[in-house]
Amino acid sequence: MIEVKGLCKSFENKQILKNISAVFEAGKTNMIIGPSGSGKTVLMKSIIGLHPIDTGRIEYSGRNLPDMNTSRIRRLRREVGMLFQGSALFDSMTVLENVLFPLEMFSRKVQEENIERARFCLHRVNLSEQVYHLYPAEISGGMQKRTAIARAIALQPKYLFCDEPNSGLDPKTALIIDQLIHEITEEFNITTIVNSHDMNSIMEIGDNIIFINHGEKAWQGSKNEIFHSTNKDLNDFVFASNLFKKIKNSKQ
Amino acid sequence: MWLLRDTGKYFLLMRKVFVQPNRWKMFFRQLPLELEKQGLQSLPIVIIISVFIGAIMTIQTKLNTENPMLPVYSTGLVTRDTLLLEFSSTILCLILAGKVGSSIASEIGTMRITEQIDALEIMGINSANYLILPKISAFVAIMPFLVIISMAVGLIGGYLVGVFSDIITTADYLVGIQYAFIPYYVFYSLTKSLVFAFIISSVAAFYGYYAYGGALDVGTASTNAVVNSSVLILFFNLLITQLMLS
Ligand SMILES: Nc1ncnc2c1ncn2[C@@H]1O[C@H](COP(=O)(O)OP(=O)(O)OP(=O)(O)O)[C@@H](O)[C@H]1O
Ligand SMILES: [Mg+2]
Repeated sequence: MIEVKGLCKSFENKQILKNISAVFEAGKTNMIIGPSGSGKTVLMKSIIGLHPIDTGRIEYSGRNLPDMNTSRIRRLRREVGMLFQGSALFDSMTVLENVLFPLEMFSRKVQEENIERARFCLHRVNLSEQVYHLYPAEISGGMQKRTAIARAIALQPKYLFCDEPNSGLDPKTALIIDQLIHEITEEFNITTIVNSHDMNSIMEIGDNIIFINHGEKAWQGSKNEIFHSTNKDLNDFVFASNLFKKIKNSKQ
Repeated sequence: MWLLRDTGKYFLLMRKVFVQPNRWKMFFRQLPLELEKQGLQSLPIVIIISVFIGAIMTIQTKLNTENPMLPVYSTGLVTRDTLLLEFSSTILCLILAGKVGSSIASEIGTMRITEQIDALEIMGINSANYLILPKISAFVAIMPFLVIISMAVGLIGGYLVGVFSDIITTADYLVGIQYAFIPYYVFYSLTKSLVFAFIISSVAAFYGYYAYGGALDVGTASTNAVVNSSVLILFFNLLITQLMLS
């Protein structure tokens, strides 16, 4: 579980995040949604500690991140997996080597066991053996995302962060990636936080949804509650498309 | 102002770089790759440039000093000392700043903008140490060899002038390059080259590591790396020469 309390973040006098508090529970897909430029990525990177914050608490199962020194942050990060917007695979390594990398870096096991674990993870994200020895540049965007997920779960993280996991993917592949994240979250009881502005994935996998607008938390609830919300900004954002407007009207 | 800030940032980065690696095994896996990339792959350009400069210097020295009063060894001596003192260290490093510096800066810069460095940090890895230490170590370790090779090949270049033209006889040339040889010059040159190798690799890594934006910014970072490391090389050349030769 991750608890954020009164988080503020600014870049050179420009305040991006204003007093954000939220609880992200384990075993649930927590989604941060909001229009472009609202501060989703900054919020996510602040929670992981890639951006130093101005004030606030970020508690990982009670451990406050802003209080930690570098070496404690590094130790905490071994419990964290992250899926980046552009996959961020190491392009000098093959698919298998990418997944093997965190294992070789941190696990105290012998190489055979590491390889077995890497293969298990790649198998879990439904990648076929044929691509294991290809380089990231040689596989499709969807496969890159899968590889990145496999790498993120290699060390059995307690916390998983995904920054727009399905940007740049076709709707069907996007759905598969979303469901994969959702399944893994429940299967391994991970605290997952997903950034998205894709309505399909919000409706598909959003157990707990936090709506960010102009750097403020404007709304929080589940995907079913979205339809009954009276928050104007949220409705403007969610029901921008006619299709979703129709669905909302039919539900009411 | 920016100079002060960047200098501070540079030293902070170096403090992150020079610590024990998470896993020595991973360091020693990177090192040979870097030795190959920065050493072996620089060899062709080092050889080509050195042989031509050696030859050209011999021809020019000879033609510009057509004076019967000058002893026969003067041409070989001038060629040798120029190679030993300046060319095979300073000029060679300025050239390598272009080749090696830009490749380090663009490699690390690309990793930065494609979030590969963030990915390392998220895994709890000291990315500066993991990426930069093998590069600096490899380049500093390989540099003396490149310098020695450059000196040797440069002298051969001069010799070839004697063989293939009648500008100078090989006998005169050989006397010249052995006359009044000062081994300390080689030591001085190697010392300089070690400092320059450190400057090239660390400054390039610095600009790559702090690249921000898109592909265009990686280009800017690598240009900045080459320009600034060249200026630093010239400055330290002056400093070390003052310290070691006067
Ligand atoms: N390193 C930085 N320095 C200064 N300002 C920044 C930095 N990173 C982000 N910002 C600013 O913070 C604001 C929020 O950006 P952010 O990337 O979090 O938006 P986002 O909600 O993720 O948008 P998108 O959906 O387009 O990814 C933007 O106005 C951006 O200009
Ligand atoms: Mg974003």
